[in-house]
Amino acid sequence: MNNLISNIFIGIGLIFSLMGCIGLIRLPDIYNRLQAATKCVTLGACCILVSLVIRYGFNDSGIKGLFAIPVLFFTSTVGAHSLIRGAHIFGIKLWEKSIIDDYEADGYGHSSSTENQKELSDEIS
Amino acid sequence: MEWIDFALYFLIALVVLCLYRVIKGPTVADRVVAIEILGIIVVGICVILSISTGRAFMIDIGIAWIILSFIGTLTMAKYLGRRRLDE
Repeated sequence: MNNLISNIFIGIGLIFSLMGCIGLIRLPDIYNRLQAATKCVTLGACCILVSLVIRYGFNDSGIKGLFAIPVLFFTSTVGAHSLIRGAHIFGIKLWEKSIIDDYEADGYGHSSSTENQKELSDEIS
Repeated sequence: MEWIDFALYFLIALVVLCLYRVIKGPTVADRVVAIEILGIIVVGICVILSISTGRAFMIDIGIAWIILSFIGTLTMAKYLGRRRLDE
């Protein structure tokens, strides 16, 4: 019975990972790609880890899998957020059919960051 | 074919899809994102291998891979954001 539930969780994880990879291939720009891929693939890997915990219970393998779930969640989300912020400051363009850019409108985007960089270099010199 | 073996081959095929994005990606951030996704899929491969072979140390490889991928992604984010590493 445990093996059956574990196999079902592995199947859910495979489906989510496939969705994330299709999003990584098909979507038009970096921001869409990251918001599709990171969430889906993280949830897929967490489903596979849950299947490990269900299959083995609380022996050494299961405890390691249980420890890996929050590590995977927090590192993946924090890394994706900081990477997309760095990409926006770097000046990577949005898709041409994107209609709104709140981060640029609030003054943290590419143009204002280059001005800040000039001020910073002036202060240093 | 056993279900576990099928899952292993399926995840390896997903790694090949990520490598397509690494090779073709137009900007550097695309490649970093694809490498991060590839790391998460490799964690799944490690778990499937641990179930298949019955050895617990494969999970340790997965956790180490997550943390190293996280450090690499943060370093690339700092580099792309044109900031110094101690800021």
